[in-house]
Amino acid sequence: MRRDLDAKEHTLREGTPDDAVCGVVPAHVACPAGTGALASLMTAAHRNGLSVTARGGGTGLAWGAPPRSLDLLVDTSALSWIDHDAGDLVVEAGAGTPLAELGRVLAAAGQRLSYDPVRLGGTVGGALATGASGPRRLLAGALRDLVIGMSVVRADGAVARSGGRVVKNVAGYDLAKLHTGGYGTLGVITAAAFRLHPLPAAVRVVSAEMPSDSRAKRALAALRGTAVVPSAVELDRPAEGPGRLVVVLEGTPEGLVSRVGETSRALGGETEVAEELPGDWGVLPAEGCLIRVLAPPAELPDLASGLGRLARDGFGASVRGTASVPAGCLYLAFPPGTSAGAVAAVLERARAGTGRSAVLLRAEPHVLAAGVDLWGEVPGLSLMRAVKDSLDPGHRLSPGRFAGGI
Amino acid sequence: MATTARRTPDDLVRTPAALAALVPRLRRICGEDGVLTDLSQRRTYESDGLTRHRSTPGVVAMPTTTAQVRDVISLCAEHGVPYVPRGAGTGLSAGALPHAEGVLLVTSRMRRILEIDPENECAVVEPGVANLDITRAAEPYGYHYAPDPSSQQVCSVGGNVAENSGGAHCLKYGFTAGHVRGLEIVTPSGEVVELGGKAPGAHGYDLLGAFVGSEGTLGVATRVTVSLTRSPQRTVTLLSAFTSLDAGGEAVGAIIAAGVLPSAVEMMDALAVEAAEAAVACDYPAGAEAVLVVELDGPAAEVDAQVRRVTELCAASGSFGTRTASGAEERALIWKGRKSAFAAVGRISPAYIVQDGVVPRTALAEMLGRIASLSAESGIRVANVFHAGDGNLHPLVLFDDAEPGAAERAEEVSGAILDLCIEHGGSITGEHGVGVDKACKMPRMYDDTSLETFDLFRRAFDPEGIANPDKLLPTPRLCGERPEVRTGVHPLVASGDAEQF
Ligand SMILES: Cc1cc2nc3c(=O)[nH]c(=O)nc-3n(C[C@H](O)[C@H](O)[C@H](O)COP(=O)(O)OP(=O)(O)OC[C@H]3O[C@@H](n4cnc5c(N)ncnc54)[C@H](O)[C@@H]3O)c2cc1C
Repeated sequence: MRRDLDAKEHTLREGTPDDAVCGVVPAHVACPAGTGALASLMTAAHRNGLSVTARGGGTGLAWGAPPRSLDLLVDTSALSWIDHDAGDLVVEAGAGTPLAELGRVLAAAGQRLSYDPVRLGGTVGGALATGASGPRRLLAGALRDLVIGMSVVRADGAVARSGGRVVKNVAGYDLAKLHTGGYGTLGVITAAAFRLHPLPAAVRVVSAEMPSDSRAKRALAALRGTAVVPSAVELDRPAEGPGRLVVVLEGTPEGLVSRVGETSRALGGETEVAEELPGDWGVLPAEGCLIRVLAPPAELPDLASGLGRLARDGFGASVRGTASVPAGCLYLAFPPGTSAGAVAAVLERARAGTGRSAVLLRAEPHVLAAGVDLWGEVPGLSLMRAVKDSLDPGHRLSPGRFAGGI
Repeated sequence: MATTARRTPDDLVRTPAALAALVPRLRRICGEDGVLTDLSQRRTYESDGLTRHRSTPGVVAMPTTTAQVRDVISLCAEHGVPYVPRGAGTGLSAGALPHAEGVLLVTSRMRRILEIDPENECAVVEPGVANLDITRAAEPYGYHYAPDPSSQQVCSVGGNVAENSGGAHCLKYGFTAGHVRGLEIVTPSGEVVELGGKAPGAHGYDLLGAFVGSEGTLGVATRVTVSLTRSPQRTVTLLSAFTSLDAGGEAVGAIIAAGVLPSAVEMMDALAVEAAEAAVACDYPAGAEAVLVVELDGPAAEVDAQVRRVTELCAASGSFGTRTASGAEERALIWKGRKSAFAAVGRISPAYIVQDGVVPRTALAEMLGRIASLSAESGIRVANVFHAGDGNLHPLVLFDDAEPGAAERAEEVSGAILDLCIEHGGSITGEHGVGVDKACKMPRMYDDTSLETFDLFRRAFDPEGIANPDKLLPTPRLCGERPEVRTGVHPLVASGDAEQF
């Protein structure tokens, strides 16, 4: 088998503990030089019935559940290229392209991918496969909304494309949606095309302390009543002390004057106005358990503080919540070492109630060992299984990493 | 795993008798008035907005509830009978073309707005609700439903979901896909599944995202939760006139490149302006070879700055006059010309074909030049009305249907325009969908592997091939001898993958 995988276009080596995916060490690690090489590697893996997981920057390997089996880890770092059509506000990039580099290239042309990464050091492919979006998604949408085309190597090594490189296109199924947030269980992403936006001339960050939930809810309602068009509305609930509501506005320096004023009035009390985003903007803690809750936006303020109280009063645990309120998304970050009982209880409470779901995005080893259910009940699971069976009938792509053991 | 061959509709129900046998059961499900069998009644459904494709449905079912939709589809599944979902029938790719031996499932009796929820900035509606009715219901709360296809007075939300419809304002606000939070669907096997809800986004595979734009081939949407958008503080509409199409195209490029994000950038050429002028006397500047309609909306101060910027950019690209309107009435006047353009063309030509293609925005000027040469070479007039901001062209190919061979020649020109779109790295459809009309053109955009992958996905939802068959993907039946999509044994199984499990 080893000989079958060996080829000129990629390097192959034994896996080491540094290559582990949720603690599972791969038998082999390969670094294909390009899409063609990746395709032949995947064809060989298919012939040999190998289980495969892809790795970009390696920042999200602790996300999801451990793979049931991992014969081959595919390192996408050589699939790094950027093809920028500045005039069309479109870019296509290889899966292994570091997001930071993509950001630099686009910024040099006065443009950006309107997406706040939640991890530092990630790649295009990794960001897509884990699919988590940061705060600024109220105008252009989440990461999935920015993808206009994708190339994927299937389980059998065939290269399939969906979408294209134009911003408007309804030909064929939008399969990129499935791969975004699919944890590589349906194929290995090799490249993606995105719609871009111009960099705003100016940014203002208006924030105010929210000493109580009712205060936060009043401020949010007042904000909804304005036409200030925020790019992000974040309710930050630290483990200790009062929460903070943070509103990001983007536009022209002149236009922002009145928008900032109106936002401040909506927030009430003493507001702070900054002209730059904080350094760690949108980035989630790199360690400890991490939960994502999706819920109707109006429920989030109470939910966030209720879950914080549950962790504290029931388990003496602390948890930091950051909610993109209008997007209905709440991230909960626990300090490393938080007990499995606390994490499980918060998860369970977050899942109770209609229209809500909660996923343990990243579980520490002791929490995994305790058998905490990462995904909970996922509506549509039988259809998801059917999709998996159709696109990866051998269940060889990151088996077990996804919902329902997919 | 499904290894069943996709049955062609012909082997499903050859005899209308087999279908007739189901009628009593359909009546039990949908009620006496919910099933149409009378030929003249069925005929009224023989085509959607693209009338050159026609087929009388075997039977028409008009359910009023999710349970009825489920029962109708379960019945179809049980008997291997194909069904075709239909909303308002305004589609322009024959996506709702009925199946002669199948059930046409019409959602027109499911038109309740179930909830307007301003706190969560969303609305929950049944699939037959007209697009504009959501905005009407949301307006009192200061909200609107952003996707605004020109057919919004009549087209249904279910149809919008199926086609991932856009509209003039999707340049800034995005297509239907960006505004659907939740769907209740009935799958082709008759299962009711909830995808998403009031929270935007859901866990697991984004089936909701993939369902949007699936043209009725993955199931029927029976309930839709859509995001509502706060209505902007200020809206200004500009009308700018140019002495050449090139200059107009250049202005579009300049506006986009300058980082202004208008909510709409629409363009019309001289022929389209002439038609609109004749029809509605919209008072567009005389002597214009191209006019641009640009709309800017948002916070007042930002909009004012953008209006100045766009006016400058138009002037720099050679505009000989830009008019601005901020009052509702004045704005409506500018839009009147644009909105009436399709119908107006009917006044200057007995018949026409509406094409829908996309090119990269930077290729717009060149593309228009190529269309002009095509028109000159063939002697067939082409009027251009289009969503310029996102490169979505709607050339109107004019012909006289009384003249023998004219329709065929117009078809040729229309097809050649699509070829040009592909040549420029664009798409064969920006918003009207593939349907029956463009199914055979899919191989020009996607290679065999990509098409096969689409089909693998489709079969995961519809292993028996009963949901809107012969739409979206090319089939031998539809496209002749070139079988574009593999059928039969799963390729991965065929290639020997099966031995490992
Ligand atoms: C004058 C005119 C202007 C137009 N302007 C635009 C425009 O600006 N932008 C644009 O995008 N389109 C436009 N269209 C096209 C058309 O209006 C849209 O595609 C619309 O979304 C179709 O909605 P409908 O209810 O009429 O769907 P139908 O025509 O009835 O069906 C369209 C497709 O949707 C499927 N379908 C319908 N309901 C459901 C359901 N509940 N579940 C699953 N599948 C379903 C059908 O099977 C079919 O494949 C225009 C059409 C006309 C006639």
